[in-house]
Amino acid sequence: MSQLLRLATAGSVDDGKSTLVGRLLYDTKSVLADTLDAVHRASADRGLSTPDLSLLVDGLRSEREQGITIDVAYRYFATPKRSFVLADTPGHVQYTRNTVTGASTAQLGVLLVDARNGVVEQTRRHAAVLALLGVPQLVLAVNKIDLVGYDEPTYRRIAKEFTAHATELGYPESNVVTIPVSALVGDNVVDRSDQTPWYDGPTLLEHLENVPVHADAEDAPFRFPVQYVIRPRTAEFPDYRGYAGQIAAGQISVGDEVVVLPSGIATTVTGIDSPHGPKQTAESGESVTLLLGNDVDISRGDLIAAAAAPPRVSDEFDATLCWLGDKPLRPGARVLVKHGARTVQALVTQLRSRFDEQTLSSVDEPESLSLNDIGRVVLRSAEPLPIDDYADSRRTGAFLVIDPADGSTLAGGLVGAPLSQLDQPEISEADPAAQDLVSPGP
Amino acid sequence: MAETLAVTDNLDALESEAIHIFREVAGEFDRPVILFSGGKDSTLLLHLAIKAFWPAPVPFALLHVDTGHNFPEVIEFRDKVVAEHGLRLEVAHVQEWIDDGRLQERPDGTRNPLQTVPLLDSITAHKFDAVFGGGRRDEERARAKERIFSLRNAFGQWEPRRQRPELWNLYNGRHRPGEHVRVFPLSNWTELDVWHYIERETIELPQIYYAHQREVYLRDGMWLAEGPWGGPRDGEALISKTVRYRTVGDGSCTGAVESTAATIADVIAEVAASRLTERGATRADDRMSEAAMEDRKREGYF
Repeated sequence: MSQLLRLATAGSVDDGKSTLVGRLLYDTKSVLADTLDAVHRASADRGLSTPDLSLLVDGLRSEREQGITIDVAYRYFATPKRSFVLADTPGHVQYTRNTVTGASTAQLGVLLVDARNGVVEQTRRHAAVLALLGVPQLVLAVNKIDLVGYDEPTYRRIAKEFTAHATELGYPESNVVTIPVSALVGDNVVDRSDQTPWYDGPTLLEHLENVPVHADAEDAPFRFPVQYVIRPRTAEFPDYRGYAGQIAAGQISVGDEVVVLPSGIATTVTGIDSPHGPKQTAESGESVTLLLGNDVDISRGDLIAAAAAPPRVSDEFDATLCWLGDKPLRPGARVLVKHGARTVQALVTQLRSRFDEQTLSSVDEPESLSLNDIGRVVLRSAEPLPIDDYADSRRTGAFLVIDPADGSTLAGGLVGAPLSQLDQPEISEADPAAQDLVSPGP
Repeated sequence: MAETLAVTDNLDALESEAIHIFREVAGEFDRPVILFSGGKDSTLLLHLAIKAFWPAPVPFALLHVDTGHNFPEVIEFRDKVVAEHGLRLEVAHVQEWIDDGRLQERPDGTRNPLQTVPLLDSITAHKFDAVFGGGRRDEERARAKERIFSLRNAFGQWEPRRQRPELWNLYNGRHRPGEHVRVFPLSNWTELDVWHYIERETIELPQIYYAHQREVYLRDGMWLAEGPWGGPRDGEALISKTVRYRTVGDGSCTGAVESTAATIADVIAEVAASRLTERGATRADDRMSEAAMEDRKREGYF
């Protein structure tokens, strides 16, 4: 059976990202004849002699007219070994929101640079966002290697600089891979290039097929947001009462002691019903139904957690917000927070700092956060929430900020202070690599 | 490093994600409905919904916008499945909208584009606030950017720039009165995933998905069947062929493909080797223009 890997791409429009994604689809035979015909026709209409592979991935009419990508697009390709869900995120500065969106579910991030320009400020920004969102694996595709004459020293210099930056961000070197590619020609994307004899690492696809898809999370404490209470009240199941949800972290076995939050009631798991029948043990990512020992009052929005290692329950907490709304955020704003399966009213009591993407430094006590800003805030919620730091749990440490007036999603929120760099005094622009933005942890 | 999830098997991960989406909608909406035509994707949707709430019944109604041009085998299958699971099916007949003048038959006889108005009228009449569809992002380039929770205004319109960013597995279903949300639990499935899952779960489908003998005629490079939608016209000869259907939409524009794939395993082998995407091969209405799907979504079609 094939495994599933979720990845996100980031890079600027001119680095050839759409062409790289198009190349992955094209060379894995994931593009089918009629789609290809449409691309050939559209390329010919524009007077191009070879098919423009970026057309395989640029879907919306308005984008095709502007020649840019304006939203996250999800792409699918597969090899016998693995199936891939690729979130293709636009690279413009003003589309940081899309990078954040794509990165939120990614197990691996692919960054692109133009070999002629090397690591630029935007590359650092994208890497910082991927690190912030806890994407465990990074790949740097050094694209357009053909345009620098397949020059090894150029590649080595870029690879070294990027790896240094990624380790500054907290990535272990084993989780950072750089690959010289030409998306246009096809070098080292799917097929190995004979133009880079000095490179003995994997092609991009080989790496995607073999990278570990999950860090062993056995020691992560069990977390289970209750989505729905299943009570059939049928003749066959008159007394069945199950708590349905998807395991957010850790694992659970029949007989385990758990605590229900925020009430704090302790009980025992007496059964686990899964899509494939009853089970003894289930792990993170599985949608299951838990049966509990005593008749406790549990409803949607509660969190069932390991009794030995529960999350903290708090109605006031520090968080980092990736601001996605058109309207700026100011202190005192009344918002809704959706955490797990619970939505509560909340107040943004303080704006502590804003991360300045241009200078990769922080500004203390900003007046507001605007679209695409990332900043640290203090939130007070109307009801206590069972929270973990995002650095410890990507699912129970994450929340949405929603506009109570029109329901729009205003921000992605990360509990705690993963942007530890923001605690430091401003760093001069001259040395942007000398900072520790985030620590994704061990 | 923040951990990633332990489920790595492709089908298990997709199944778990879909079940999570169904439960989320059940928890957040008052009147959800599943669009159910008896076709492959909607049959899979229902199968997953049943799993999501077992042993309780599915807490949603079903809705089918019937163009009147459906294949009889599919309608029979639809009714059989509804009866087996004791579900409630609402049918909106496009013919009724034509009879009372709310819709006009198109010159080309195709009724797929006519489904939009009866769908929106039904959503309004029944006050449905969440509408499950079997749409997948791999089907067509304009769908690659579709959200799992897709907000529609009171006119059913989809505005790319009004769509909300979707982060993690947190879905925002808030909407104003009169608005509704289209929900696509199969967003991340590919056609091959769907067939592999149908095989794994031994899900029954209408027989026309498998090879059978049928009288067909050639039009616009597609093999169409005789039916109430008209055809063959002069110069279009009926020929008996061994065919199967890859999609089962409106008979006037859904083509059969020549195939001897008689079992799920045969179909999987065929799909894996296929050189044509499922919509492009068999749906004339998606080929109208490069941006056809995008235009139709804007006017409230899926």
